[in-house]
Amino acid sequence: MSDMTVQAGAGRDAVPAPDPSPRDDRVRRGARRGESARRGRGGFGAPGPGELVLRYALLLVVLAITVLPFLWQLSTSLKGPMEDVFSRTPSFVPSQPTLDNYAKVAETIPVWTYALNSLFVAVIVVGGNAIGATLAGFALARLEFRGAKLLLVLFLSTLVLPGEVTIISQFLTIRSMGLADTLVGVALPGAIGMLNVLLMRTAFQAIPKEMDEAAVIDGATPWQRLIHIGLPNVRGMLSVITIFAFIAAWDDFLWPLIVLNDPSKFTLTVGLQYLNGTFTANPRLIAAGTMISFLPIVILFASLQRYFFRGVEEGAIKG
Amino acid sequence: MTVPVLPAQGALRRRLTPWLLVAPAALWLLVFNVWPSLNTLVLAFTNAKPLSGGHFTGLANFERMLDDSQLVDALLNSIVFMLVCLPVLVLLPLLLAVLVEKKIPGITFFRTAFYTPVVASAVVVALIWSWLLSDRGLINGLAQALGVLQGPLPFLTDRWLLVFSAITLTVWKGLGYYMIIYLSALGNVRRELHEAAAVDGAGPVRRFWSVTVPGVRNTMLLISVLVSVSALRVFSELYVLSNGTGGPGGRAMSLVMLIQLYSRGFYGHFGYASALSLLLFVITIGPMLLLARLNRKAS
Repeated sequence: MSDMTVQAGAGRDAVPAPDPSPRDDRVRRGARRGESARRGRGGFGAPGPGELVLRYALLLVVLAITVLPFLWQLSTSLKGPMEDVFSRTPSFVPSQPTLDNYAKVAETIPVWTYALNSLFVAVIVVGGNAIGATLAGFALARLEFRGAKLLLVLFLSTLVLPGEVTIISQFLTIRSMGLADTLVGVALPGAIGMLNVLLMRTAFQAIPKEMDEAAVIDGATPWQRLIHIGLPNVRGMLSVITIFAFIAAWDDFLWPLIVLNDPSKFTLTVGLQYLNGTFTANPRLIAAGTMISFLPIVILFASLQRYFFRGVEEGAIKG
Repeated sequence: MTVPVLPAQGALRRRLTPWLLVAPAALWLLVFNVWPSLNTLVLAFTNAKPLSGGHFTGLANFERMLDDSQLVDALLNSIVFMLVCLPVLVLLPLLLAVLVEKKIPGITFFRTAFYTPVVASAVVVALIWSWLLSDRGLINGLAQALGVLQGPLPFLTDRWLLVFSAITLTVWKGLGYYMIIYLSALGNVRRELHEAAAVDGAGPVRRFWSVTVPGVRNTMLLISVLVSVSALRVFSELYVLSNGTGGPGGRAMSLVMLIQLYSRGFYGHFGYASALSLLLFVITIGPMLLLARLNRKAS
């Protein structure tokens, strides 16, 4: 669903419209109040045992719906050739778990090369956004210069433009640069996401003015203000946009599908669809391929989720 | 900023630095956003093809749209897609957000798990569901074992079943995404209102409708727009579920699938693809303008 542009990265969809008013404190306080005292039965204290049981029961139902399809795929990828994957009495636990399918899928398509290709694109996109969006966000939020208003309006107006609308012209631009059918061509358009610039601007704006007024009087240059006052105060937003830039680049499909022709240059998503198209016979191999694409991203997200959820509470997402 | 330090040199640097900082982003804005937008507008009136520059053809591409039966199918699919996704993805994620709002032990695990389908790529999700929904897959298998079905349902080879399968996985993948947006909004619903309602004897269901829902009204509007726009932009789900074919006779295609189809190879026609892109822009801008108008009314 996520990414206003489809092009590699930017994470545009991943985080919706920026919140124009910095209101970190309000959100955080609100959330904390909510935690301790919302929705108790009768009184507003801790949930009663009945309510707790009901809550956990519902949570487990939703958990099953969200997680079982992934587990089924994982289980399929671990089943050996002798085990019936089509059985009408499905078994979630492989009788003789094996990693053979992961080796075999690499014989069918160069899946590890594809993974490296995806990683290459994602690294460019993350680096570009971390630097480009931070610098521009800071300038737009804290410095005065001619044309700043016009730039801001242009940045904002890109938000109503779905990436698919310009994808054909985007491809022509990349092609005229001689970057058609290259991984750099896949990475480039998303290397600075317009939404990320706006999100970083919002984060820099939330820093109290007094903090750098003193620095200005002391003669600090904009660079010094950015490094010593700006950056330490926007780490939350910066981690949110980089996490999403990585995820969006890794997950992107339509844009690399249009840019790339040569099967040796495919990214994982394009390569997996290619595998699906040429090799429908063995679901175990496709399952192994999907897990190679899915596991890194889920491990990355699980290990960084506290930064993400903190970012959410700090108002990275419009409420 | 009004305090001059190191007069001459400092002033010049001070005037240049902001531009230096925004330069990369401004370059990207012009090269990858502004220019392609203008170019799309121009190309839509040409017959440019992958291997030829093409020339001005007036309204020919738009006339071609009028009797393109594949386009009619695609628009119909999009409308059905949007009408089904809209109520489901506006309401279910809100219920889910209310469920995970209270910080009971283990809630972070549940929140993260519910968000997992969002971070998985649409291709991965669609491949997982192709396997689940295939003729010999888990869902058909279980349904037959339980006697619900006599034979397998052709989820991936029938036009409307394909569309509904794509809707199902869009909903499944979108739940966690919209849940998080609601969760962030719920923090702003005033606790006193819940307390007052409870004192007046309102039960949880009543409080949900008369306190929570009005409290997140603006978020609901925002999510309605996000859901509508992304339903109109659907691509990967339908593409992968139908293995790139768009279903029998290509009748389960979406508008973006058509744009991709004309982007390359045998069918390549940048002019027509750009005209379709303009159409996509026109239909996605509708919900956004509606939101802007409703927001202005509210404030």
